[in-house]
Amino acid sequence: MTITSNSSLSPAAFLRRWWPWIAIIAAALILPFILPPFRLNLLGRFLSLGIVALGIDLIWGYTGLLSLGQGIFFALGGYAIAMYLQLDSLEPGQLPEFFGLYGVKALPLFWQPFSSPWFTLVAIWVIPALAAGLLGYLVFRNRIKGVYFSILTQAALLVFFNFFNGQQKLINGTNGLKTDTASFFGQMVGSDAMQRNLFWITVLLVIAAWTLCRWLTTGRFGDALIAVRDDEPRLRFTGYNPTAFKTVVFTVAGALAGISGALYTVQSGMVSPQFMAVPFSIEMVIWVAVGGRGTLIGAVLGAVLINYAKSLISEQLPETWLFIQGGLFLLVVTALPDGVVGWWRQGGPSRILAMLGSSPPTATYPGLDLDPEAQAEKRAIEARARTQESSTSQPSGAER
Amino acid sequence: MKPLLELQAVSVSFDGFLALNELNLALAPGELRAVIGPNGAGKTTFLDVITGKVRPTRGDVLFRGKSLLGISEHRIARLGIGRKFQTPRVYQNLTPRRNLELAVKGSHSPFTLLFGQLNAEQRDRVQELLAVVGLEANASRPAGSLSHGQKQWLEIAMLLAQDPDLLLVDEPVAGLSDEETERTGELLRQLAGDHTVLVIEHDMDFIRELDCPVTVLHEGHVLCEGSMEEVQHDPRVIEVYLGVEDDDVSAGATSAVASDSGSHQEIP
Repeated sequence: MTITSNSSLSPAAFLRRWWPWIAIIAAALILPFILPPFRLNLLGRFLSLGIVALGIDLIWGYTGLLSLGQGIFFALGGYAIAMYLQLDSLEPGQLPEFFGLYGVKALPLFWQPFSSPWFTLVAIWVIPALAAGLLGYLVFRNRIKGVYFSILTQAALLVFFNFFNGQQKLINGTNGLKTDTASFFGQMVGSDAMQRNLFWITVLLVIAAWTLCRWLTTGRFGDALIAVRDDEPRLRFTGYNPTAFKTVVFTVAGALAGISGALYTVQSGMVSPQFMAVPFSIEMVIWVAVGGRGTLIGAVLGAVLINYAKSLISEQLPETWLFIQGGLFLLVVTALPDGVVGWWRQGGPSRILAMLGSSPPTATYPGLDLDPEAQAEKRAIEARARTQESSTSQPSGAER
Repeated sequence: MKPLLELQAVSVSFDGFLALNELNLALAPGELRAVIGPNGAGKTTFLDVITGKVRPTRGDVLFRGKSLLGISEHRIARLGIGRKFQTPRVYQNLTPRRNLELAVKGSHSPFTLLFGQLNAEQRDRVQELLAVVGLEANASRPAGSLSHGQKQWLEIAMLLAQDPDLLLVDEPVAGLSDEETERTGELLRQLAGDHTVLVIEHDMDFIRELDCPVTVLHEGHVLCEGSMEEVQHDPRVIEVYLGVEDDDVSAGATSAVASDSGSHQEIP
């Protein structure tokens, strides 16, 4: 048998294979020039939330760990970049403004490394990753799982939330840190040009995060994650240490949350302990559930679409969003356990069509209608059948 | 010969209930051994103790002369003890091939799985095992869609992929057809010699086919040991299976033990 379809891709086949990427790249290039800055900024923010959603999909969709505390790592990344921006826009010898309010005269020690852009670039993801790795290791080593794990992560989130709220002298407490008036490479972070650049950076990082998650989930490592989710004791008796796998994947999710938080901070203009509010971390889980647990693209789509819908609907009918969000979650829990993307992949649309009366197309082997050999064979069989029919038509007619 | 596995006066107490009571048992390397016993005799707890899932209240478990107490499950597995569960436990969302690729002998650290590839030997082993258990044609569909018998065989293949020195096999033929049962027995007999195999079963005919020493457990301790023939004629065994003193042994009792096993099978 000769396989020609792979080696020489015809333009049509090329399009069929790569259209999602072509569409994404085209959209990323065109949107900044056609969307008003306000909308573009919103889209950039929601895309950056897609990265934290990817992390949640890794730990929840694939590994079965429902974390309600991803806000911790998200906020840590946000604070890291905000501290750098606060320091970067100062004249030598100055302190960030808010320190004056509380009578702080010298820069606290832990702020000092954040005057380096390189340190900050690393800190954005390493600090949340370390925090997640440590928390994860302690929890997983003690075999805390299921609902207890969820409760514990939420409790940790509350601890961080209260701690950050109370630290006026260190990080401006409840007020958080502003970034939009800070300057970066001589430009204001809140300016339109800078926001457009940040949008592109966000798109690139979402793609990078998706690629990372895809790499993690497609090989044997991904199989092991699914095995942890589906039957952890079985895996243990095969000689695997589930604690190691869970810690690694929780650490990666923490790092992704940190990057997401940093991008979100620079695009929304500030970071505050509200990033660690309990409802926000639960919302993150809802994005993944609605988009499609265990489908990476579903996590990103869920984050972007739900947030965009939220902002559009809240502009028109401010009071209704929470009801809609609750309804969406109920819909997913009751009718679409694998989310919208999971439903799509399992042939949901054709089932709807079938319900409306149109018959679904019969599944055939993909290449069959195009394969010249198969077609030749088909013609031969049909020809043989015709000759047989004519030779046997007499007796069969008599039987009828 | 020094025993490969030795249980020394092992007791397990669950809130005062003695699941195992001063259990002593030794397995020689290369031995094939069957363990039978009525429901609640402690057969599964006995496997849990060996594999590290349950820590004995008293007593010691030695594997190659070293105590297994306090060692976590995955380390015990890496020492060379493999276990097949009572109900088939395969990863339902993965294909049989991927199930086997996870089980195949080699390093199981996250970093090997991320950055390493299966070597040619491991890939060949997976392919070979798929052929042994007749799952080649179904190698690429989710294991959850396999029939019960196929899942049983897949789990046995996973156990073989692990290549343990000691195989603990809990009810390998439950729910299998006669032909499948026969093939399973053949497979286990082949394995013995190179491996040490311990089989827990309710199916007396199957154990008779295995033609190996039998240990009878009752209320957490060893009631008697011997060949199937001897065990079946032991009045104590007949008593625990039938619940009455029965002097009329031989044929009648033998069939009673065999048919009684049938009723046990229905209880999950």
